[in-house]
Amino acid sequence: MRDFNLIQAGGIADAVGKSTFIAGGTNLVDLLKYNLASADTLIDINEIGHNDIQQLPNGGVLLGAMMTNASTAYHPIIEERYPLLNKAILAGASAQIRNMATNGGNLLQRTRCYYFYDAASPCNKRVPGSGCSAIPGYNRIMAILGHSEHCIAVFPSDMCVALAALNAIVHISGIDGDRILAFADFHRLPGNTPHLDNNLQPGELITGIELPAEGFSQNYSYLKLRDRNSYAFALVSVATALDLDGDVIKDARIALGGVAHKPWRVPAAEDYLKNKPAVREHFEQAADIILQGATGFEHNSFKIELAKRAIVRNCLMALDPSCQLPGAQPSS
Amino acid sequence: MSNIKNISLNINGQLHTLEIKPYVSLLDALREYLDLTGTKKGCDHGQCGACTVLVNGKRVLSCLTLAVMKDGAEVTTIEGIDHPLQDAFIEHDAFQCGYCTPGQICSAVGLLQEGKAHTRAEVAELMSGNLCRCGASMEIIDAVMAVKDGGIHA
Repeated sequence: MRDFNLIQAGGIADAVGKSTFIAGGTNLVDLLKYNLASADTLIDINEIGHNDIQQLPNGGVLLGAMMTNASTAYHPIIEERYPLLNKAILAGASAQIRNMATNGGNLLQRTRCYYFYDAASPCNKRVPGSGCSAIPGYNRIMAILGHSEHCIAVFPSDMCVALAALNAIVHISGIDGDRILAFADFHRLPGNTPHLDNNLQPGELITGIELPAEGFSQNYSYLKLRDRNSYAFALVSVATALDLDGDVIKDARIALGGVAHKPWRVPAAEDYLKNKPAVREHFEQAADIILQGATGFEHNSFKIELAKRAIVRNCLMALDPSCQLPGAQPSS
Repeated sequence: MSNIKNISLNINGQLHTLEIKPYVSLLDALREYLDLTGTKKGCDHGQCGACTVLVNGKRVLSCLTLAVMKDGAEVTTIEGIDHPLQDAFIEHDAFQCGYCTPGQICSAVGLLQEGKAHTRAEVAELMSGNLCRCGASMEIIDAVMAVKDGGIHA
């Protein structure tokens, strides 16, 4: 790790316009150790506030960017009104990391693509223009949707899959003032600029994440499929939220993790489900719509069928959330 | 670079002052600066849990923590723990080589304080950040279950 200075920001105004911010540090410190991130100065933002949950006049809530993942997941408002978010957060990382990692940092974590982490390998995300080693390489964990000839890495967050499904809104502060971004517009597809993970501008800081009033607390499920039962990144994960009127679907949200450079939603599939009975054949149709256009590589084409089955399984699990197991494993 | 910071840490009830650079992890501060070598360096990348300590009562990974960011914090390492879990680990044969054990015990102390694990499956899930290469995970869960809730699961 290269030497750097560290200074503490006293508030938002003190922090914006600067770089590089450090909060929980669970990803950044690791990247610094590998010399995959570097900074002359780290700005410690742990004292800027924004570490609680505010109830909003519109019925929603604002999650402070500086709250830890654990304190968010276990907050009574989240457990009661947004259990999908609780399940997704608790499916990610480990208890120790969730005690450290912040909500803002979760959105900003880098991919865990092996080649991004291997400084000896060409990687367009790490060194623009150097090439992608994953396309001809070992690509079992890589993307099947939204990838480009320049990058097939996936975004690793679980929390963000639920935030995508819940139509969260990202609150951002910069030197020119505050702005908001819809969650779907926050992360980017790789295109020909895979070094850019998201649309946060230099010097901008995430201050909060707004959840709309509708939390789908009756019918929801988060399913995470991975190479070991816990403490591993998703090969495929699914967040499902349903609003049911008897057996009929009034509203549906389905977001996928582990398959693309950002959490993946297909509005056409959700529209297809509206006003239809909540039965397997309709979930199978929705899964086909979501995976339309999916293409795999030498070692990851299995993810296409895996994702379809995970969607159907998770939608059925959402009909009876009590069947969910710790760690977002498939119901028995 | 004149970036050396003066910090104080209350470790196991004893105040320590340190002059360190920002890049020093809490793990290295404990082991290399304070000779508290009970906390183990396994992967040094947040993947194994061997370096788990309690900071202000919460279990965290000391390898991914910059010591200067914990100025004034209360830190508990295995050297400061006196808990029935330690006897339970021996009774249940919850280790072989013992290298992961300090982290397992600090993590389990944190787990019990959090109070979120109600079943064996939940204990397994919430201990998953601590790897045991010797394969004693089942016995580790046995030991935690033996102590949890005053031993009613034993």
